[in-house]
Amino acid sequence: MNKTVNQKAWWLVTPVLVLVAFNAFIPLMTVVNYSLQETFGNNEFFWEGVTWFEQVLKSERFHASFLRQLLFTGMILVIEVPLGICVALTMPRKGPWVSVCLILMALPLLIPWNVVGAMWNIFALPDIGLLGYTLNSMGFDYNFTQQPVSAWMTTVVMDVWHWTSLVVLLCYAGLCSIPDDYYQAARIDGASPWAVFRYIQLPKLKRVLTIAILLRFMDSFMIYTEPFVLTGGGPGNTTTFLSIDLVKIALGQFDLGPAAAMSLIYFLIVLLICWAFYTIMMRNEEQ
Amino acid sequence: MVRLPKWFIPTLYIVFLMLPIYGLLSMSFKTTNEILGGFSFFPQEFTLENYVKIFTDPTWYNGYINSLIYVVINTVISISVALPAAYAFSRYKFLGDKHLFFWLLTNRMAPPAVFALPFFQLYSAINLFDTHIAVALAHCLFNIPLAVWILEGFMSGIPKELDETAYLDGYSFWRFFLRIFVPTIAAGIGVAAFFCFMYSWVELLLAKTLTSVDAKPIAATMTRTASTSGYELGLLAAAGSLTLIPGAFVIYFVRNYIAKGFALGRV
Amino acid sequence: MARIEFKKVRHMYPPTPGQEPTYALKEINQVWDDGGAYALLGPSGCGKTTLLNIISGLLTPSEGSVFFGDTDVTNLATTERQIAQVFQFPVVYDTMSVYDNLAFPLRNRGIDEPTIADRVKQVAQMLDLENVLHTRASGLTADGKQKISLGRGLVRSDVNVIMFDEPLTVIDPHLKWLLRSKLKELHQQIGVTMIYVTHDQTEALTFADKVVVMYDGTVVQVGTPVELFNRPNHTFVGHFIGSPGMNILPGHVDGSDSYYKNNKIQTANSADDGQAGKLEIGVRPEFITFSDQGIPVVIEKIDDLGRFQIVTVTHERDTIKLVIGEDDIVPSESAKIKFDPANTHLYRDNWILENAR
Repeated sequence: MNKTVNQKAWWLVTPVLVLVAFNAFIPLMTVVNYSLQETFGNNEFFWEGVTWFEQVLKSERFHASFLRQLLFTGMILVIEVPLGICVALTMPRKGPWVSVCLILMALPLLIPWNVVGAMWNIFALPDIGLLGYTLNSMGFDYNFTQQPVSAWMTTVVMDVWHWTSLVVLLCYAGLCSIPDDYYQAARIDGASPWAVFRYIQLPKLKRVLTIAILLRFMDSFMIYTEPFVLTGGGPGNTTTFLSIDLVKIALGQFDLGPAAAMSLIYFLIVLLICWAFYTIMMRNEEQ
Repeated sequence: MVRLPKWFIPTLYIVFLMLPIYGLLSMSFKTTNEILGGFSFFPQEFTLENYVKIFTDPTWYNGYINSLIYVVINTVISISVALPAAYAFSRYKFLGDKHLFFWLLTNRMAPPAVFALPFFQLYSAINLFDTHIAVALAHCLFNIPLAVWILEGFMSGIPKELDETAYLDGYSFWRFFLRIFVPTIAAGIGVAAFFCFMYSWVELLLAKTLTSVDAKPIAATMTRTASTSGYELGLLAAAGSLTLIPGAFVIYFVRNYIAKGFALGRV
Repeated sequence: MARIEFKKVRHMYPPTPGQEPTYALKEINQVWDDGGAYALLGPSGCGKTTLLNIISGLLTPSEGSVFFGDTDVTNLATTERQIAQVFQFPVVYDTMSVYDNLAFPLRNRGIDEPTIADRVKQVAQMLDLENVLHTRASGLTADGKQKISLGRGLVRSDVNVIMFDEPLTVIDPHLKWLLRSKLKELHQQIGVTMIYVTHDQTEALTFADKVVVMYDGTVVQVGTPVELFNRPNHTFVGHFIGSPGMNILPGHVDGSDSYYKNNKIQTANSADDGQAGKLEIGVRPEFITFSDQGIPVVIEKIDDLGRFQIVTVTHERDTIKLVIGEDDIVPSESAKIKFDPANTHLYRDNWILENAR
């Protein structure tokens, strides 16, 4: 759409600017402030320069939680995206079942995150939870509070449970926007179901998939509440992701300097990856 | 090879989604003794005790009221400030518009954990700590960018001729905006409100950080019980089950818009 | 390639609850010749899209059967019918190049690459797509995309029929006639049966050898453009084809004479006065002239369209239109008009009376 140049439009965005800036700038400045200083309480601060940044970047603890975070985000993307596409492809397009499917599938998205954690905690309890009990009675040795592998699996499956529906809904909407003529043309051209998917459905899904992957990346990278309630980061540190580690340092140990430095590094990483991803996708689209 | 019927995969997926929810519901109807006594698929001694406790104890039911209050305030604020801004982004070019838009979106990418502590200090400093409005304002950080993004998508789909005709007919900007434009994008507002409601309702970290007693959300009340692990699982399950209801209601009302909102590719 | 035959084809969509079920297609019996260029013409909702979907296999008719040559294809799936179709909105595979788009149907049928390359080259030449063969299909304009959809049908050597569903809807007006003449040329070149669905009479009349006019779920007339013009079988055809359409006037008979109001009219066919039903006289504006004797009329309006003029007159509150040459003189007062007997027809209950005089 051709837009007209109008500097007065600034007035229309001012309320948004004020509210968001209030919430973003002041806290961000506070974080920057902490990250450069040392405090021993009593509101006394000493200039520390970039010491904290060096410390965080060199600390093995940060490397470990960063790696865990990458592994987790990678795993859930690899599972959720294909699964979401698969469910969206097989969902009904018309009739009363559409509403039923949409409502039931959207339900996990609207459950408060700590309830999700609590629900899975109850679900997976080895002796009295539905999942834990079933697995153990089938002969699997499963206890997510003690075995790192079980804890990891449970966390990943919980995220799949929680967020795959977002991918499904996005893909479903994308699929619904393909006119019937395309399918009819493919039938006339003798295309196999795979060819229909590869040359008609997948290209049309590209845009919504970009958004789905971007959103899932951002949100899983920031994940805090669900694994915190489910496992508390344990057993040991095995499910301590970046956010959990950050809160442990900031509120648990009250190491404000390192926590602030870590916050900024963390934020920059998210921004950088999103920006890179977005730019690559946009460039592909233009070609 | 046996061909699976087409409904097989969605059905399996929905069963997978429903199982933990069933676990939660069934536990909410059990007595503490039964829960700790071992696993049972159906409640053996069906009881409403847990629900009765929640509806009679103010520390419990106030949690729901608090949550609903700040969620509604947040939705109203987010939509009302996002509307004119989205209009500006969809209709005008102005100095720094693209940068501003991108900057807004970066706030959607800010991990709440990063902001928890500074938020606590900021809202304490302006004496808003433990009020509904504090949580509602804090949630604006990620909900306003989202609302602007969604609404801008809907508005760009409306031809500019609508505006021009109205101005030619002698409408002033605000009269046109409120009388003609807002009703035209009612569906978009519905979708944006849905997402604001959703993100504000499910977020806990900031809501918990900014409240202690008076505005404590239900989700935070639950963590108190959760930390006394195993002790009051039935009560926890009942409280959790009740948090499903507002979400289910909202989905039911916007079910026809969900696909449309997503279709715009603006989430 | 094949002859297409419909035997007692009827179709009804699943009825909406609370509504009387009606046939979208009322009994169709037709034989369409191999290699013909047919146009399906009719207003929206007349059943032409239903008929098209029955040919393409998207719909199975509720009753009756469809034959391609001697094969009954009523229950065959689209893939097995060997047809090609060009849709209203262009369908191209966005991610593929033009070449791959054209090769797609052949690759799906497992044909070897050298043969494919030959066929694609040939078709690209026919459609003037040679210069863009290796660009991405999504970058083309609407007419280019429609050519690709057509090309995907042309590359196959086994196609029974190529169907066009209002293919010029999204094409720029100045390109429309170019593409249309291209189609006509291709039809003469390769001689495959073509069916062209449209609601635009100009498109239908210029494209087709035979025009199939549909109205309210039935085929009201099949004929060459000239036949449709000179002897419409149904008042709808008279009204729908031609600009302005045929004048339809109330008539009655007395013995063997036909009358319009009190004026005795010479007609090409005759009516029996014993039969019931509404009797009407149809005469095209082109076949009415001013004369010294005849029906007295009042002149209401003259539209000068350059090469001809349309004169609107009234006779006892009936409006009648005439088309006369640019140099013909319109009488200023006490005008009288005369119908050309060979081109004046009697209709009973909208259908032409078959007994020629």
